[in-house]
Amino acid sequence: MMEIIGIWMAALLTLCILSFLYKDNPFYKFAEHLFVGLSAAYWAVYSYFNILYPNLIQPLFGHGQLLLIIPLVLGIMMVMRLFPKVGWVSRWPLAFIVGSYSGYNLITYLQSNALEQVRATLVPVIQIESWKNLFTNPGVMTFLNAIAAPVVVVGVTTGVIYFFFSKEHKGVFGGFARIGVWFLMIAFGASFGYTVMARISLLIGRMYFLLHNWLHLI
Amino acid sequence: MKKQIPLIITFIAGMVMILQFFIPHRPFSDLQQLFNTWFLIITVFAMILGLGNLFKVHTKRLQRRPKGWWYSIVLLAGFAIMFIVGMIWGPARGTPFDYLFWNVHLPMSSMMFALLAFFVASASYRAFRARTPEATLLLVSAILVMIGRVPLGNYIWDKLPLIGDWIMSYPNMAGQRAIMIGIALGIVSTSLRIILGIERTYLSGK
Repeated sequence: MMEIIGIWMAALLTLCILSFLYKDNPFYKFAEHLFVGLSAAYWAVYSYFNILYPNLIQPLFGHGQLLLIIPLVLGIMMVMRLFPKVGWVSRWPLAFIVGSYSGYNLITYLQSNALEQVRATLVPVIQIESWKNLFTNPGVMTFLNAIAAPVVVVGVTTGVIYFFFSKEHKGVFGGFARIGVWFLMIAFGASFGYTVMARISLLIGRMYFLLHNWLHLI
Repeated sequence: MKKQIPLIITFIAGMVMILQFFIPHRPFSDLQQLFNTWFLIITVFAMILGLGNLFKVHTKRLQRRPKGWWYSIVLLAGFAIMFIVGMIWGPARGTPFDYLFWNVHLPMSSMMFALLAFFVASASYRAFRARTPEATLLLVSAILVMIGRVPLGNYIWDKLPLIGDWIMSYPNMAGQRAIMIGIALGIVSTSLRIILGIERTYLSGK
C-alpha cells in the first residue's frame, strides 16, 4: 500500500513540474516550493547525522573533547549574521573558512589542475607507431589517432595563450589566441552535447517511470 | 579591530593549510586535521544560517501576505515534515525519511533537471546558428558528440561513435585542460591575495 501511495505521489509531483512546459502555473509553484522545503530539510538532517553529530556533539558532550568548543563558538558567531546589530562577529568564522579553504586550494589546485595538466601535456608530439599505422592502414580513425598528440599539445598551449590577457591579442600572439578559441569552442560544444545527452537521459527515466511504474503502459 | 582580527585568522588558517603540505609532520599534520574538522563544523553552521534566512524570508511573506503567500506555507510545511521525520527516525534506509526522499524529493529533483532538456533545446537553437567559424565549431562538435552517443549515429556511419569519442578524448580534453590551468592559476593568485590580506571583499558588509 505504501509503495502505491509513493508511486502516486512521485507521479503527481513529476507531472506538476512537467506542467511548467505549458507556463508558470500554481501546480508548478506548489511543487517548486515543496522541493525547496524538502531539499533544505534533507541537507539539514544529512548534515546533522553525518557531520555535526560525529564531529561535534558526540566528541564534545560524549568524550569531553573541550577543544571543540572553539568551532562551536565560531559556528554560533556565524549564525549571528541573522541579527544585524551583532552581525559583524560572523566575520571571524568566515575568515577561518575563507583562509583555510584558500590555503588548501592554493596547493591542491596548483598540483592537480596546473602542474599535473602541464605534465600530462608534455608528451612526444610525433607518435611513430600511430604514423606507421596510418601509412600501413590509411583511414579516418588511424589519421585521427596519428594527430591526437599534436592536437592536445597545440590545443592546450593556444588555449592557455588565449587566457593570457596581459598582452593584447594582436599579430602572431592574436593568431595563436584565435586557435585557442577554436579549441575552447570545440570543448564547449562537446560539453554542451554531453550535458544535453545527460538531461535527455534523465527525461527518458522520468517518462519511463510515468509510463511503466505508474500507468503500466510499457 | 573588526577587520584586523579576521585578517589575522585568515592568515593563520591559510598558512597552516599551506605549511602542512610542505611539513607533513606534527604539529602541522595534527593542525591540518583539526582545522579540517573545524571547517566541516562551521560550514554546517553556515548552512544553518542559510536556513535561518530562508525562514526569515518566508515568515515575512506570511506576515505581509503578498500575492502567492500561501506557497510559503507549502515550503515551511515541507521543511517541517521532512526535518521532523528525519530527526526522529534518522536517515537510514527503510525509514520514513528514506521513503520521503525516494518518493517525493528524488522524483522532483530528477524532473527539475530533466526539464532543462527542453530549455537546452531552445538555447541550442539560438547557439547553433552557425554565423561565425567559432559557432560552427561549437555546432559540429556538439552534434558529433550527441550523434556518436545514440544508436542512430552507428546506423548512419559506424565511425561516428569513434569520432565522437575522439573529440571528447583529444580536442575537448585540450580545451578543458587549458581552462583548468587558467582556473588553477586564478585560484592560486586569488588565494595568495586573500591569505596576505590584499583581497578583503569577503569582509565587507555590516
